[in-house]
Amino acid sequence: MSQEQQTQSEPTFQVRSQRQRIQRTFLKNRTAIIGLVLATLIALVAIFADDWFIAVFQGRDASPLVATFDPTKQDARSRLAAPDSEHFMGLDTYGRDTWSRIVYGARVSLSVGLASVALGGALGTLMGLVAGYLGGRVENIIMRTVDVLMAFPSLIMGLMVLAVLGAGLGKMILAIGIVLSPTFARVAHSATLTIKENEFVEVARSLGAGRFRIIRTHVLPNILGEMVVLASIWIATAIRVEANLSFIGLGVSPPTPAWGTMIREGTRHLSDAPWVSLFPGLAILVTVLAFNLVGDGLRDILDPRLQV
Amino acid sequence: MTETLLEVRDLETRFFTPDGVVKAVNGISYTLNKGEIMAIVGESGCGKSVGVMSLIRLIPEPPGKVTGGEAFFMGQDLLKMDKESIRQVRGREIAMIFQDPMTSLNPVLTIGHQISESLKAHMGLDKQEARQRAIELLEMVNIPEAGNRVDDYPHQFSGGMRQRVMIAMALSCMPHILIADEPTTALDVTIQAQIVKLVKRLRDELGMAVIWITHDLGVVAGIAERVAVMYAGSIVEEAQVDDLYERAAHPYTYGLLGSLPRLDLLRDERLTSIDGMPPDLIALPEGCPFAPRCSYAIDRCPREKPPLLPVAPRHKVACWVDLNTGRER
Repeated sequence: MSQEQQTQSEPTFQVRSQRQRIQRTFLKNRTAIIGLVLATLIALVAIFADDWFIAVFQGRDASPLVATFDPTKQDARSRLAAPDSEHFMGLDTYGRDTWSRIVYGARVSLSVGLASVALGGALGTLMGLVAGYLGGRVENIIMRTVDVLMAFPSLIMGLMVLAVLGAGLGKMILAIGIVLSPTFARVAHSATLTIKENEFVEVARSLGAGRFRIIRTHVLPNILGEMVVLASIWIATAIRVEANLSFIGLGVSPPTPAWGTMIREGTRHLSDAPWVSLFPGLAILVTVLAFNLVGDGLRDILDPRLQV
Repeated sequence: MTETLLEVRDLETRFFTPDGVVKAVNGISYTLNKGEIMAIVGESGCGKSVGVMSLIRLIPEPPGKVTGGEAFFMGQDLLKMDKESIRQVRGREIAMIFQDPMTSLNPVLTIGHQISESLKAHMGLDKQEARQRAIELLEMVNIPEAGNRVDDYPHQFSGGMRQRVMIAMALSCMPHILIADEPTTALDVTIQAQIVKLVKRLRDELGMAVIWITHDLGVVAGIAERVAVMYAGSIVEEAQVDDLYERAAHPYTYGLLGSLPRLDLLRDERLTSIDGMPPDLIALPEGCPFAPRCSYAIDRCPREKPPLLPVAPRHKVACWVDLNTGRER
């Protein structure tokens, strides 16, 4: 009785490029996927709130798309109406459609979230880089300033800045950017201290590179990864801070809808019309959660152990 | 036609530390001629690296400081130049390659980018021109498929190839002097031979002078025309390479040569080693720094430091004793 010869099988593993490996790690991370999907949905909702991209060509005002009604149109007769088939999130204290206001409010939250992180990140990274590389008195001045800025709770800081500058979208972005910059400065500073001890920095100096050239060409690219991860994690915080500042009344001027402001307007009617505050609250919750998950996912990917 | 390119006189460098002043370089003087390959030999800590880094002012200012001497290069004293001028000299006139090729390159930039940096900064080339020149330089140092490799990252190269890339970077602006600080110490012997051969060929083609720093007397024999032996911050002997090996005049050099494993040694002949340890550079004694370990030392040696003086044509020694006779010169 003869046995079948065992056939040699080809190796069962597959060599993958780094990009493929990164994608696989991200995809394996369920929560990160959920976060990414949610964040994308929210972004799409915000972008396509109305049909600006068609209206622009037709030379008319944009009309609502994902939003169902004009968010600023008041209807005194139907104020505080409960959700129904037409206004699925009900109406607010001025009779404005809540769903539409939430959709337009997403624009404020996302734009503030992204822009303030970009601003704070750029500012903070610059401070940290310069302080870390130049050292000496410059480092002292910059980092002690950073310490002072960090001593203030984010809300108080935002409050102070807005109190000085006044309300408005741009000023909100600036305020939150300033609030975020110390964190970026600290991380950039310590990362710079490590990078500058590397031999290739000495080599660049030996070839005649000046300090700023070295910072720009050698140090910055090496800390960029960390800074991007930091930025993605802080977007969620930026959105939350904006909502808080809007809630205490320092948000963008009416009638532009902002989630925090919407909650504030609904606080007097929590017993008879809770949906007015509830839905914007949920919107903030979901958005902050989504960006938190994305940030965590990115951090997992860009973990140094995946570096070549 | 010997044209003096670099003249170093009484170079002195110190490091001011909480534990005391480290006298790293104590009055060294030498000249380097155009197209010449000079080796500086010595054990770890003897000041050979600090000596050359002082020339292009790469010593970290606290705690180090060049405290004396002059280094004339093309009519100017390198040690007295302002920051901007010495930055122009670095890379363009005098370039340096370092010991460890594994860490000398930035891991997140392509090597083309890194070579181009110097070209863009010193020679004003634009991105395209610099890239083209980088490919030419890679071909010059025998990197195969230079056109493709120029966009690769450092981790895609082996140690020997990375060192070649470093050489390409250093020579990109056609400097007059190439300083090689133990460039082959971290590489294995066969690669070492390739690098030595490459540098010699480049010297023949480009005409730059080379200062090659090493602790390996075997490498010195393969590359140098002239050798300076350093000990505890001073040059103790300087000679043409053959003279050094055949007629070493300083007890330290003699001891170093005796400690080299050689193929022609008889089987049971032992390697000689030099007793004792190099001195603490913070508490450097007066007199000859080698005196405590020297078997030829006389009364004068620990009291008075011998100057570097000629004992034969193009052969200088800093020693009070004649090795042949055992008596004072």
